[in-house]
Amino acid sequence: MKKVYVNEDWCLACHLCEYYCAAANSGKDLIKAFKYSDKKPVPRIKVEEGSEVNFAVQCRHCEGKPCVKGCIAGALSIVDGVVVCDENKCVGCYTCVLSCPFGCIVIDEEGHRIQKCDLCTKNHNGEPACVQGCPNKAIVFEER
Amino acid sequence: MAVNYNNPLFEVIRNPDRCIKCRVCERQCANEVHKYDADLDKMIANEQGCVDCQRCVCLCPTNALKIRPNENQFRPNGNWSMQLMDEVYKQAGSGGVLLSAMGNPQNYPVYWDKILLNASQVTNPPIDPLREPMETKTFLGKKSQKISYDKDGKAHFEKTPYLELDVPIMFSAMSFGSISKNAHESLARAATALGTYYNTGEGGLHRDFYQYGKNTIVQVASGRFGVFKGYLDAGAAVEIKMGQGAKPGIGGHLPGMKVNEEISRTRMIPMGADAISPAPHHDIYSIEDLRQLVNSLKEATGGEKPIIVKIAAVHNVAAIASGIARSGADIIAIDGFRGGTGAAPTRIRDNVGIPIELALASVDSRLRDEGIRNDVSIVAAGSMRSAADVVKAIALGADAVYIATSALMAMGCHLCRSCNTGKCNWGIATQRADLVKRLNPDIAAERLINLVTAWNHEIKEIMGGMGINSIEALRGNRLMLRGVGLNQKELDILGIMHAGE
Repeated sequence: MKKVYVNEDWCLACHLCEYYCAAANSGKDLIKAFKYSDKKPVPRIKVEEGSEVNFAVQCRHCEGKPCVKGCIAGALSIVDGVVVCDENKCVGCYTCVLSCPFGCIVIDEEGHRIQKCDLCTKNHNGEPACVQGCPNKAIVFEER
Repeated sequence: MAVNYNNPLFEVIRNPDRCIKCRVCERQCANEVHKYDADLDKMIANEQGCVDCQRCVCLCPTNALKIRPNENQFRPNGNWSMQLMDEVYKQAGSGGVLLSAMGNPQNYPVYWDKILLNASQVTNPPIDPLREPMETKTFLGKKSQKISYDKDGKAHFEKTPYLELDVPIMFSAMSFGSISKNAHESLARAATALGTYYNTGEGGLHRDFYQYGKNTIVQVASGRFGVFKGYLDAGAAVEIKMGQGAKPGIGGHLPGMKVNEEISRTRMIPMGADAISPAPHHDIYSIEDLRQLVNSLKEATGGEKPIIVKIAAVHNVAAIASGIARSGADIIAIDGFRGGTGAAPTRIRDNVGIPIELALASVDSRLRDEGIRNDVSIVAAGSMRSAADVVKAIALGADAVYIATSALMAMGCHLCRSCNTGKCNWGIATQRADLVKRLNPDIAAERLINLVTAWNHEIKEIMGGMGINSIEALRGNRLMLRGVGLNQKELDILGIMHAGE
């Protein structure tokens, strides 16, 4: 299955992926999403910065899937290997936020529900927005 | 100093309707021009450090940025340009020699732009390169003059070492030190994929790049950095650098600050020590001395590799080239005054040397007149800006060309001419690890391959239009060139007729 991977050799910590991610999932363009929205959209990818090494992290769609196992409302499920969240079912208990070993599940801009990377399968972006927007090909979408 | 004599050269124009305060400009500017002010919730700019490298503009996801020349003006003066005044203030503050980078940007004539190309009409039909074979393969080296036959009638040629190029374009010398390791890797990978050569420059060959040896020209310059038997053996040819178009008569100086562990290992000098290339080779004071070095290098490489001698285009270039052709060198590279550099004294870069077009034409004519043109190949360098320049250079007599500035541009360079600061925001002319990683060789090599492939397509198109199907038939074919707006002397030197003749 194709997943998003980050090569930390090329990650510049420019944070553009976060902005492209947030805008893509808000369904608006960057300017509307960040300048003309009541609440700024929250990205589902986060750049971890160090003095020498940087890398962007988002849901690994990992083997153990502790978030799915822990979800009390049945909102998280696996569709074709992708861990997706049904926002209508999420009750905002944040069990998944606590159980994700990568810290990849975030609380949405409204502060009531969670949101997570679904490899841009639910928006109109096609290929993941973070991959498309990375200026240094540090983020790739490939089979490994 | 409370008084700032030097105004910023540029101003940052930020469109507030577009800026989303993502701060990518701030993170990507090594000159610390952009800053997010949390109190104001605003991006602000300190333009003093701006060099107009366009990194922020290119990375800005909403096209909110523009960099413009500073509109602030000194009182206009026909004699004292703003730049000259600015330089006086700078030197009055520093007491030092002004440093610049890349090629001479001053407003001297560009002869390429005053030469037009021919095309076939009616009598000699043009050729469609998409339908018919079109040859751009080029061989560099001594051309065998004599064919002898043995008693069985079998032909025997004098065999001399040569370089085989799929395209008549090579990447010119840029040392590891002046450019980053990632930039070197990109050039090496692109040259390999294109079937041409890149040049190590005077900084030695990084151990990781020996694998690209058969597409590498190794350079021996006056500092002899990183030169040893393994290095000479690694390359396909050895280039002796006598001069550089951007700074004829001047050596090189890589500040110790840039000499990190990798560069120190590659150049074989202590870490942190300045790498100073002397202006002359201390063992070369005559053509006879040069001949000795050519022969030494031939001997060291078993006579299997062609030897290139690179010189800057200066006033008596034709006589010098004639001497080089007689020194046993296989290839002469001539670097015009527009050629780039990682750092040069501004006054030298802007005032020394001559245009490559005139130098190339006069060298080619001189070698032909003396009947020694076939003893050497000529490589022209020093600002080949497009495929049209390449075609014109070959028609003026070059066997191939070196490109470097345009290669750097393919990798992202925007000609801000600040290589000497070591803070290249594009990861090219820097050794700072956080900046070097901005140049991903996967991307840069592909862009280099694209550029040269595109130029090669264009060369074929232009040749096809002339009714020529092989680059050999274009070489030195000055009948394909006509001058516009040139005086008789210039036409005579270029050896071309005026348009309409």
